[in-house]
Amino acid sequence: MTSKITNRIALSVIVLCALVMTATLAALLGYILYHGLSAISLSFLTKDSSSFQAGGGIKNQLWNSFYILFATMLFTVPLGLCGGIYLSEYAKPNKLTHFIRSCVEVLASLPSIVVGMFGLLIFVNYFGWQYSILSGALALTVFNLPVIVRVTEDALQSVPRELREGGLALGVTQWHTIKTIVVPAAFPGILTGIILSAGRVFGESAALLFTAGLSTPNLDFSNWNPMSMTSPLNPFRSAETLSVHIWQVNTAGITPDIQTIANGSSAVLVLCVLGFNLFARIVGKFIDRKLTGKA
Amino acid sequence: MENKSVVVQMPSSPNNEGRSLIQNNKKWTSIFNRNSEWRGKIWIYGSAIFVILSVIAITLFLTVQGLRSFVVDHINVIDFITGTEWYPDRAENPSYGALPFIFGSLMVTILAAMLAAPFAIGSALFMTELAPKWGQKVLQPVIEILVGIPSVVYGFIGLSVIVPFMRDHVGGSGFSLLSGALVVGVMILPTITSISADAVRAVSNDLRSASYALGATKWQTIYRVVLPAAKSTLITAIVLGMARAFGEALAVQMVIGNARNLPNAISDPSATLTTIITLSMGHSTAGSVLNDVLWSLGLILLIISYGFILLIRFISRRGQVS
Repeated sequence: MTSKITNRIALSVIVLCALVMTATLAALLGYILYHGLSAISLSFLTKDSSSFQAGGGIKNQLWNSFYILFATMLFTVPLGLCGGIYLSEYAKPNKLTHFIRSCVEVLASLPSIVVGMFGLLIFVNYFGWQYSILSGALALTVFNLPVIVRVTEDALQSVPRELREGGLALGVTQWHTIKTIVVPAAFPGILTGIILSAGRVFGESAALLFTAGLSTPNLDFSNWNPMSMTSPLNPFRSAETLSVHIWQVNTAGITPDIQTIANGSSAVLVLCVLGFNLFARIVGKFIDRKLTGKA
Repeated sequence: MENKSVVVQMPSSPNNEGRSLIQNNKKWTSIFNRNSEWRGKIWIYGSAIFVILSVIAITLFLTVQGLRSFVVDHINVIDFITGTEWYPDRAENPSYGALPFIFGSLMVTILAAMLAAPFAIGSALFMTELAPKWGQKVLQPVIEILVGIPSVVYGFIGLSVIVPFMRDHVGGSGFSLLSGALVVGVMILPTITSISADAVRAVSNDLRSASYALGATKWQTIYRVVLPAAKSTLITAIVLGMARAFGEALAVQMVIGNARNLPNAISDPSATLTTIITLSMGHSTAGSVLNDVLWSLGLILLIISYGFILLIRFISRRGQVS
C-alpha cells in the first residue's frame, strides 16, 4: 500500500516539474509580449534612439543586429561547414582528430564574455580595428563556429553509407562525392541548424560588449558607400546591437522612458528569435517534403 | 565545372585535330578533378586548423595578458586569490582581492544548479517515462524556445519581476545573490532538461521490463533502475548547466547588485567574475593596473571553464567504463 502511495506522490511531483517548466515559458513569453507589444510601433522601429529624451527608437540597433548576424554567418558557415565535413568524412580515428574534437568542445563551452575579451585583445587592439562590426562579427564567429561544426557533422553522419559507396563506385573522387551527393543529402539538417544558430547569434550580447561597442555613430541611410563613416554598411564603425541596447538601457540609461524602450526592444528581440525558430522548422519541413516527395 | 575548364583550355591547346582534342580534354579533366580534390582538402584541413588555432590563440593570449598583473605589476598571486578587499581605485594602497568575485561566481553557479536540477530532471522524466507524446508535442518546443530566449531578456525580466519581488518579500534592495541564481537557474533549466531527457531515453527498455516484471511500481522503477542507470549522463547534464551558469555575464550583472564585499547572506548584493569584468573593462585604460587585474580575473574565468570541461570528460569517461 505504501509503495502505491509513494508512487502516486512521486509521479505527481514529476508532473508538477513539467508544469512548472511550461508555466515558466508561458509567463516569460506572456510578460514580454504583454508589456512589449504595446511599446512597438512603426515609429519605434524606424526612429533613431535618443540618449536623453523620451521617444527614442531602435532603428540603428535593429539594423546593426542584422548586419552583424549577416557578417558572422558569412564567416562561420563556410568554415563550420568545412570543419564538419572534415570531422565526419575525412578524420581518421587518431590523436589529431581527438584533439580537434576537444578543441570544438572547448570552444563550445567557453563563456561568451571570454570570447569577447579575446576579441578585444586581438581584433580591437592588436589588429587596430577598434570597436567595429568586423571585430564583433569575428568574435561571434569564434562563438558560433563549434555549433555549426557539430550541426554539420551530425547531419552528415545521418546520411546513409550506401550513398557514399554509390558515388565512389562510379569512380568519382571523394571530394566530388561529398560535394554532389553527401552534402545535398544532409542539406535540410544543416540548414535548420544554421538558422537556429542564427537565433543564438542574434541574441548574443556579452561577446559584443567589448568588440562591437556600446554606441553607434549617426547613420545616414541614404549613404551606401561602405567606406563612409556615416554609412550603415561601413564594417569599421562601432555598432550597438539590439541585445546590447537592452542591457545598456537597463544599466546606464537616463531617458525617462527606459521601461518602455526595454520592453519594446525585448519584445522585438524575442519575436525575431522566435521567428528564426519558426522559420527553421518550416524550411526543414518544406525541404524534407520536397526531398522525400510526399505531398 | 569540368566543361568550363575544357572551354578555357581549348584555345590554348596547340593541336586542333579531333583525336588529340579528345585526349587533351581527358588530360585537362583529370587534372582539374585532381585539383578539385586538392582544393577541397585545402578548405577542409584549413578550417580544421582554424578551429585548433582559435583555441590555442584564446588560451595563449588570455594567459599572457592575465599573467601581466603578477609579472609586471608584482601583485602576489595568493593575495590576489584570497584577498577580500577590492579597492583598485583607492589612491593610496589600492588592494586587489578577487575572493568576493570568485566566491560569488561559485555561489551563483551552485545555487542555480540546485534550483534548476530537480525541475529539469523531473521534466526530463515526465518527457520520457510518463508522457512521451506530451513530451514530444509540448515540452520539446518549450525547451527549444526557452533555450533560444537571449540572456539579456532573462536579465531584463529578472530586473523587472524578480528584483521587486525579492525587495517586497525577502527584504533588502532586491538585488542579491539569490536573484542572480534564480535568473541563471531559469536560464540553465532547458539545457539540463534536454540532456537529461536524452540520458533517460538511452536507458535500455529491458531494464524497465525486468523491474516491472518483479512487481515494482513506476516510481520504484524510475528511482531504483532508470535513474541509477542514467546517473553519469545526468551528472554531466548538471555540470554542463553549471558551466553555462558560471560563464553568464549580463543577465547576472543586471540583478546581482554588484557589491564589492563578500555577501553575508544569499539575500545580500554581490558580484561575480563576469559581472566585475563587464562593469570595469570599459572604464579602465589598457596597461593600467586595474586593466591588468581584470585580465587576471578573465584568466581565472578561463581556468575554471577548463576545469568544468575536464570534469565533464572525467565523469563521462567513468560512466563509460562502469
